[in-house]
Amino acid sequence: MNRFIRSGDPFIWVTGSALAFALLLVAGLLGLVLVSGLGFFWPRSMVEISLADGRKLAGSIEARERIPDPQSGKKTTGSWRFKLKQGNRDLYGSDFVWVDEKDVRERAYPKEIAVIERREWGAFHGRPLKVLEGETVVAEGVDRSWALLIQRLPAALSVYDQARRIEKDELGGINFKKEKIRLKRRSLELKGHSKGSALDALKAEEERLQKLFDKQMEALAALRGTVRTNVVFVSADGQEKQVALTNIVRAYRPNELSFFGRLGLYSSRLWEFVSEDPRESNTEGGVFPAIFGTVMMVFIMSLVVTPFGVLAAFYLREYARQGPFVSAVRIAVNNLAGVPSIVFGVFGLGFFVYIVGGSIDRLFFPEALPSPTYGTGGILWASLTLALLTVPVVIVATEEGLAAVPRGAREASLALGATKFETMWRVVLPAVFPSVLTGLILAMARAAGEVAPLMITGVVKLAPALPIDEFPPFFHLERKFMHLGFHIYDVGFQSPNVEAAQPMVYTTTILLLVVVVALNLTAIIVRNRLSKKLRTSGL
Amino acid sequence: MRTISPVKEKEAARIMSATETPAVRTSVAPRPQGTSQEGRHVIQIENFNFFYGSKQALTDIDLRIKERHVTAFIGPSGCGKSTLLRCLNRMNDLIDGIRMTGTITVEGQDIYAPGVDVVDIRKRLGMVFQKSNPFPKSIFENVVYGLRIQGVNNRAVLREACETSLKGAALWEEVKDRLDESALGLSGGQMQRLCIARALAVQPEVVLMDEPCSALDPIATAKIEELIFSLKEKFTIVIVTHNMQQAARVSDETGFFMLGKLVEFGKTDTIFTRPKEKMTEDYITGRFG
Ligand SMILES: Nc1ncnc2c1ncn2[C@@H]1O[C@H](COP(=O)(O)OP(=O)(O)O)[C@@H](O)[C@H]1O
Ligand SMILES: [Mg+2]
Repeated sequence: MNRFIRSGDPFIWVTGSALAFALLLVAGLLGLVLVSGLGFFWPRSMVEISLADGRKLAGSIEARERIPDPQSGKKTTGSWRFKLKQGNRDLYGSDFVWVDEKDVRERAYPKEIAVIERREWGAFHGRPLKVLEGETVVAEGVDRSWALLIQRLPAALSVYDQARRIEKDELGGINFKKEKIRLKRRSLELKGHSKGSALDALKAEEERLQKLFDKQMEALAALRGTVRTNVVFVSADGQEKQVALTNIVRAYRPNELSFFGRLGLYSSRLWEFVSEDPRESNTEGGVFPAIFGTVMMVFIMSLVVTPFGVLAAFYLREYARQGPFVSAVRIAVNNLAGVPSIVFGVFGLGFFVYIVGGSIDRLFFPEALPSPTYGTGGILWASLTLALLTVPVVIVATEEGLAAVPRGAREASLALGATKFETMWRVVLPAVFPSVLTGLILAMARAAGEVAPLMITGVVKLAPALPIDEFPPFFHLERKFMHLGFHIYDVGFQSPNVEAAQPMVYTTTILLLVVVVALNLTAIIVRNRLSKKLRTSGL
Repeated sequence: MRTISPVKEKEAARIMSATETPAVRTSVAPRPQGTSQEGRHVIQIENFNFFYGSKQALTDIDLRIKERHVTAFIGPSGCGKSTLLRCLNRMNDLIDGIRMTGTITVEGQDIYAPGVDVVDIRKRLGMVFQKSNPFPKSIFENVVYGLRIQGVNNRAVLREACETSLKGAALWEEVKDRLDESALGLSGGQMQRLCIARALAVQPEVVLMDEPCSALDPIATAKIEELIFSLKEKFTIVIVTHNMQQAARVSDETGFFMLGKLVEFGKTDTIFTRPKEKMTEDYITGRFG
């Protein structure tokens, strides 16, 4: 027995199974997230069912389970039920309904049943009855109306896009400038000017902007007026509903779709998810602002944490006299990583937002007060807080890199008459760069997944504008932002329509993972390039 | 060093005749006569003691190094050769807890006097290390590193210096077409010659070499030895080696060290053929080491 243990074989098994177990956990988690998340965009077949009580429903079956025994709560009864995504939230009050299989009298898969994805109220399940142009009927009957709907939809979508562009860019721009003028006037007033050419110029400019604004509003109304098509739909149980064509995002008949048709629809929905703004309090549409916010926050954090961490590590390793004090500092730095991240959040709120941001507001933006500019959460403060949170990682990695820079390289440089600083700048720093990037990779992974400290330093459920836009100064680091991690929390636990939002939790998780992996891969590629260049033979 | 038989007179003579192996003889210019006999003393070491913390590494060293001569330090491992060499350009300053007494003067200037610019000392006394240590940069950038440090950025000047130094280090012909390639792609011997070129580029007065051939194969070693021979015309060279044939082949004067003490110092011929000290004799004839 003893000899058997000493032979080492059992140790191989133990280590092997530990690794296998860890891999299994990761694979299971990834599998769950991938299957639940990516399946979400696949258009499922629609079933139309007639119930025993005469009701009729149309929808896709999302889940099926044994009905639990009401006494014991155990799911051992012989009867089943399924979860139907019935849509038509405006008619039924909720998107989902549980149906007892024993109540089902009839199931049918009619080809002409359609899913109409709307900008409001979620999807409508049913059939088109007629198409109206203004008040006049232009098509009647299910097939004719459907054909006309499909034919007119692209134009309506393009009008919608143009209108959105005018709203966001033109009107948004004008509002942005008007707000600037308001602040300028306020700042002049604060300085005691109540009259003068400067004020008059502002007034003139404001009037000019107002005219522009009115003109754009007219253009917008005209544009909207070009599409006056309405479609009347009827649901499976016969209720009629009129929907404006501009209110429709997508319309399709799932039972009619071929595999490739479904695939096309799938990609279009996936693309919408990553490239569009959210709708319906984040339960529909896309998450583009959250992707953007996450990536930008990680970038700002990297820009801050890298120099900061590298400088600190250089001092610790190259200049500080090694001794108990430096060791204590090193231990303290390493243990910073163990402080709960919410504590960093609180610090960020207290220090960055209130003290630093508050002072900036008093000094540079007094005209905007009492509404804060920098004195409230924003992407800059959130990034700085995360930089603080991740700086130990960079310090540790850089220090390890510094310790590994061969003495030969430093001596060669010193022997050629370089000072210590020149040696560090020209020889040590380039050599330590791959290690810095390793630290940065770890820091980015940590930062991208962190949510708690962001919640009090600038993340919001829905940000009105991105932190980068086309209005000077282009970077608006004081703005609030959206973040994938917070989005997961918000959609999963704060949503008014939890069941509809649930799959978004998975899809958003996948996206967050993709973003983290993409950021890491970039850094890894850069690092490997550098390492190859630096690969030493003689050193 | 067990390659040398203990029969001292004859064997020592054979060591001396190693200079006349065909490989070396065909390509090395004859020793410039005259200069090797007299010569100013560039470096003077007086009564020098050196400590690593409480451990004494050098004891009462007195030594003079002649201009445009090759001076070799030999002795068993750990006897303090490198320590002394590194004291000459103050490379030991980097080590914590060192202490020394006595003086080292270079061209009459006490290099450990307060107010002396260390960087200036290191410019004047270039160093080549045991392990070749090129920077992970291009060949060109390696050679001109010292000049760039001095603030020279004129491309033409750098090119010119690069060519001169590489020629001086007998490497020009081999690398002239790939100056912009990484230095790490060179062979071991080429790298070491590159390190010599790099040291030459800042035009030092003295070149200190710490076992420059110990990691090289015999052919690369022969090349470096030839190179040392030709460098002697312009530079003063101090070389640490524990290859006695090498010391015999390349040096004009030899110092034999033992346990931190300079046992014997004198003309290489004398040390190898008629050593005064018993210890020297034992060492060069291979009784220990
Ligand atoms: N940085 C150092 N710190 C402490 N002791 C050292 C250091 N470098 C060398 N020594 C010691 O000093 C003695 C001489 O070393 P060294 O000059 O390298 O010998 P050699 O070059 O002749 O082999 C050795 O005993 C060695 O252990
Ligand atoms: Mg040595």
